[in-house]
Amino acid sequence: MEKKLFERPFIKKLQAGMPSKFGMKSQAEPITHIDNVPVPELLAEHGSPLYVISEQTIREKYKQARQAFTTRYPKVQFAWSYKTNYLDAVCRIFHQEGSWAEVVSGFEYDKALQNGVKGSQIIFNGPDKTDDDLKKAIENDSLIHIDHFDEMYSIIAISENSGKRPKVAIRVNMDTGVYPMWDRFGFNYENGDAWDAINRIMINKKLDLVGLHTHIGTYMLASNAYKVAAGKMADLAFGIERKYGVNIKYIDVGGGFASRNTLKGAYYPGSDTVPSFEEYAEAISSAILNSELNPRNLPTLILETGRALVDDAGWLLGTVIANKRLSNGNRATIVDVGINLLFTSFWYEHEVYPAAPVSEHMEETTIYGPLCMNIDVLREAIAFPLLKKGDQFVIKRIGAYNMTQWMQFITLRPNVVLIGLDGKVHVIRKKENMELIRQQEVVPDHLK
Amino acid sequence: MMQIKKNIALSNTGFVFNPTTGDSYTINQVGQEILGYLSDNKTVEEITSLMTTTYDIDQASFEKYFFDFISMLRQFELLDENYEN
Repeated sequence: MEKKLFERPFIKKLQAGMPSKFGMKSQAEPITHIDNVPVPELLAEHGSPLYVISEQTIREKYKQARQAFTTRYPKVQFAWSYKTNYLDAVCRIFHQEGSWAEVVSGFEYDKALQNGVKGSQIIFNGPDKTDDDLKKAIENDSLIHIDHFDEMYSIIAISENSGKRPKVAIRVNMDTGVYPMWDRFGFNYENGDAWDAINRIMINKKLDLVGLHTHIGTYMLASNAYKVAAGKMADLAFGIERKYGVNIKYIDVGGGFASRNTLKGAYYPGSDTVPSFEEYAEAISSAILNSELNPRNLPTLILETGRALVDDAGWLLGTVIANKRLSNGNRATIVDVGINLLFTSFWYEHEVYPAAPVSEHMEETTIYGPLCMNIDVLREAIAFPLLKKGDQFVIKRIGAYNMTQWMQFITLRPNVVLIGLDGKVHVIRKKENMELIRQQEVVPDHLK
Repeated sequence: MMQIKKNIALSNTGFVFNPTTGDSYTINQVGQEILGYLSDNKTVEEITSLMTTTYDIDQASFEKYFFDFISMLRQFELLDENYEN
């Protein structure tokens, strides 16, 4: 006789109260396949935990974003935000689609070059560019976005010994009506610092001011903030045109578009509250088109959106290690994915799904990672199906920041695979091994 | 041996009612069967044998989930602790 499938015994107290006004599903739908590849097959082949990236999803999201902007504004250029995910395979998909590179360090800059991006199509942001970084960027005609006056004078000094005129933009911070205001990067619009920087560049005549850049924040849920930002940028560009007769070649509104993950503490789920690409595009495009800028000589609109393009394309697969009861009777599930692999669990209430069909029973559960650290909590409280040791699960929307902000802490980082358009599974970053870690270490002679 | 309180009502559709407190509970199929066996005064060994024969689960794993389930019954005060003692 064939034995019945076992589900661990479960009892839950029924709570009288208001029914859920959101009509949330009471049953967890499993994610059994990613791009038609079975999850158990992926884990059996490549180990657990495992990062999975979908090439198809990346390309689809990119096309959605591009269409939203190009149907509203005549000159649009995307620049892939390396810090969001700088695995070469991921970057190259974006570059194939037409994205330039947006980098914030010498390391990222070199990665972009090695990925075949032309120097003139690399945007160099960030507060820490060394003199060597700047020399290289000037030599390659890259677009250097100046963060502070110290950097401006470094560029001027370097340019005096170089035959090249550096192509620069200034980063502008501003009040767009959202809190917190990001004023630590670039020059402030309201207090006149931005104009001061522009005037010094224009009067100095050693630099080519080709663009204006802003980045108003991250995970911006208010598309109107971009309207305010784009309007202020257009005002600056118009001011430069009027005062110096110079047409700014581009306005770069940075990134910060939200993905559909739910922020911790948010009342509504991210899927219900996050603006669409169309809403962001409408806000930004209308602000520039309705400005004083001459419509026959509009600047290119550059977008550095990262998170909203790649978050949906990443999944993190894992396995349940154990279940236990906490002192108050609450259930805790320990899994093999820790915060070292899921940095974004500090910000998001990540959605976790079983990898195989489960019953309708769910239990309020705390999901802990495997690290021997009290802070290693993936979800404080989630209605979670009755998974047992060895069961597999899938964490959704993890493509942004996790593969750059991960930590090699007490264990080694796992494989990252890409499911290609052809349905084949490619390892794009091999799991680490002891040799790799130890080869960076040097033991002094007296300790040998 | 463990026993659930005599007055606890168990329905065939997976609901448990405690008339002393007025609390209701929902329970899955496996939990329902275990609760039924406990009502029938079956021992842990008997329950383990019955369940591992019916279900695709080994003895050690079943015992782990069984005692976790018992701890929840205790948490909800559905066990007859005097009987147990």
